Amino acid sequence: MLTLNNIEVIFDNIILVLKGVFLQVDQGKIVTLVGSNGAGKTTTLKSISGLIKTERGRVTRGSIELDGHRLDRIDPSAIVKLGVAQVFEGRRVFEHLTVRENLLVGAHTQSNLSQIRQDIERIFNYFPRLAERVNVKAGYISGGEQQMLAIGRGLMSRPRLLLLDEPSLGLAPLLVEEIFSILKRLNQEEGLTILLVEQNVTMALAIADEGSVMENGKIVLSGPAEKLRGNDDIKEFYLGLSEVGTKKSYRDVKHYRRRKRWLS
Amino acid sequence: MLNRETATFKRSYAEDMALYPLPLQRVTIAVIILVAFVAFPFVASVYMLGLANLIGIAALGAIGLNILVGSTGQISIGHGAFMSVGAYTAAVLSSRYGVPWWGAILGGGSMSALVGTFFGIPSLRIKGLYLAISTLAAQLIIEWVLNHVTWISGGVGAVIYVDKPSVFGLALKSNLAMYYFIYVFLAIGVVFALNILRTHIGRAFIAVRDRDVAAEIIGINIFRTKLTSFAISSFYAGVTGVLYTYYYGMANYEAFNLTISIQFLAMVIIGGLGSVLGSILGAIFITLLPIVLDTVLGSVGRMFMDAAAVASISTSLQLMLFGGLIMFFLVVEPDGLSKLWRNVKDYFRVWPFPYL
Repeated sequence: MLTLNNIEVIFDNIILVLKGVFLQVDQGKIVTLVGSNGAGKTTTLKSISGLIKTERGRVTRGSIELDGHRLDRIDPSAIVKLGVAQVFEGRRVFEHLTVRENLLVGAHTQSNLSQIRQDIERIFNYFPRLAERVNVKAGYISGGEQQMLAIGRGLMSRPRLLLLDEPSLGLAPLLVEEIFSILKRLNQEEGLTILLVEQNVTMALAIADEGSVMENGKIVLSGPAEKLRGNDDIKEFYLGLSEVGTKKSYRDVKHYRRRKRWLS
Repeated sequence: MLNRETATFKRSYAEDMALYPLPLQRVTIAVIILVAFVAFPFVASVYMLGLANLIGIAALGAIGLNILVGSTGQISIGHGAFMSVGAYTAAVLSSRYGVPWWGAILGGGSMSALVGTFFGIPSLRIKGLYLAISTLAAQLIIEWVLNHVTWISGGVGAVIYVDKPSVFGLALKSNLAMYYFIYVFLAIGVVFALNILRTHIGRAFIAVRDRDVAAEIIGINIFRTKLTSFAISSFYAGVTGVLYTYYYGMANYEAFNLTISIQFLAMVIIGGLGSVLGSILGAIFITLLPIVLDTVLGSVGRMFMDAAAVASISTSLQLMLFGGLIMFFLVVEPDGLSKLWRNVKDYFRVWPFPYL
C-alpha cells in the first residue's frame, strides 16, 4: 500500500536527516517504527504526510508512493484526500473547540452529513470516554482523553492509512494499554492500516504485525513483530532485557556489553 | 563572512568571548570599517553621502526596533512616535537651553526610553496583535501631545529648528561631517546590540520571545525583561530621532508619523527578525529601493517616451514595484534578507559537500 523507496530528506538545504529509508506498509497491517530520540521517526511520518515542506524539508532522493500515487510531490491537504491521516505527537487538539467540534473539524474533507454523524457515533463507540465529554472544550479534558480525541479526529477524514506519532506520550500505563487495544480493534474491525511510531517498544511490538527499527536516519532492522520480539538486539537495547523475563542485574553489566550487530 | 570554523582553537576566556572569533571574520570587519570610515567618504559624492546618512540613521532605528520585535517578540507600531520624543527632547534642549550635542543625544535617548517603557507596561498583559494596537495608541497620543502642547513644540506647525551639532568647536555643516557623526553612533549601536544579545539580558529576551511561560518558570522576570527591552529599543529610537533632527536641522512631528513606524517595522521584517545584520540590510533595502526604482524607471522610460510622460507613470509604477519587490523577497525567503545571506554562508560552510 505505502512504499517509502529509499528516501533521503534534507532540511534547510544542508542538514541530512533521513539517509535512505525503505519502508513498506501493507494493506490492513499495523507496522511500527521504533527507535531512540532523534532517529528520524517523526521526520519519516512527516515526509509521508507532506508536513516537512512547512519546515523547509525536502525529499531529495527516492520516492514515497501510496498505491501508485507519488506523495512526495503533492500538498499535505491533497495527501489527506488520498486517505492518509496523521495524529500528532503531543496531541495538538483544538483547545477552544468542544470535543464534538474537534471531530467535525477532522471531517473537513467529508461532505456527506449523515455519514459524518455516523462516523462520530462510530468514534464514540470506540472511545466511550469521549462521548461523556462531548460538549466540553478540548482544553479542559485530560491528557488521555485528548489523545483519544486526536486519534478520533484523525479517523474522521476516513483514512485508509493512519499515521500515529507516539500515542503513549505522557499517559499512564493503563491508559496506554486501553488506547493500544482500541487501535488493535480499529485495525481488526475496520481493516485500518496503521503506521505507528513509538518509544514504548513493548507495547508497540505487542500489537504490530511488522516492525522496523530506526537509528540515525536509517532503518537498521525490520521484520515481523514476533521475530523482532525474539531478537536479542531488540531485547537488549529496546526492551531492557538480557534474557526474556529477567531484569538485568548490575553485576552482569560490566562483564559483557553487547554490541549492536547492525553497526559495523 | 565566508569562513570555516575548522582548526581554530580557543585557548583563553578572552578568545572564547570574542565577538568575532575567527581570523577571517576579523579581517572582514576591519575591511568593512576601513571602507566605511576611510574609503567611502572620500570617493562618494555629496548625494551618495546624503543617502548613506539616511541609511545610517534608519539602520540605527531598525537595530533598536529589532531588539524589541525580533529578539523579545513584542511588537511596536509606535516607534515613529518614540523617535519623535527623542527628536523634540533634543530640539528643546539644544535650541532653548543650549545643551551640547552629547547632552541632547543622551537626553533624547533617555526621554524616549522613559516614554517607551511607560507605553511598554501594557505588554505584561497583552500580546501580539493586541499589543500592536496598544502601541498604535501610543503613536497617536504622542503625536497629539507634540502637536498640541505648545510648551514642547512651540505652537503652530510644531517645528523646532536646531543648529547642526558642533563637535570640538567644529560645526558639522557638510554631509561628510554628518556622515562621520552618524556612523560613529551606528557603530556603537551595532556593537552594543551584538553584545547585548550574548549576555544574560539578551538570552532572557529570546527566552521570553520563544516561550514566555518556560522563561518565567526558570526565574526570568517577564515584566522586567519586557520593559528592559522596551527601554533599550526606545533609547535607540530616541537617538535615531535626535540624529534625524540634527540631519534635517529641525524637529517635525510629521516626519515621525505612523507611516514611519510601519516603514521601520518593514525594515525589520524584510531584513530578518532578531538579526542585527538583517536590520542594516532592511534599512538599506527600504531606503534605497525607491531611489533605485526611480532612477531605473526614469532612464529606461526616457528611451521610449518623453520626460513628462515618464514622470506621470513613474510615481505610481514605483509604488507598485516597491510593494511587489517586498513581497517577492519575503516569498523567496520568509526569514528575511539576513537569512538569504546565512543560506549562502551555510552552503559554503559544508562545501564541497551538499549537506552536513
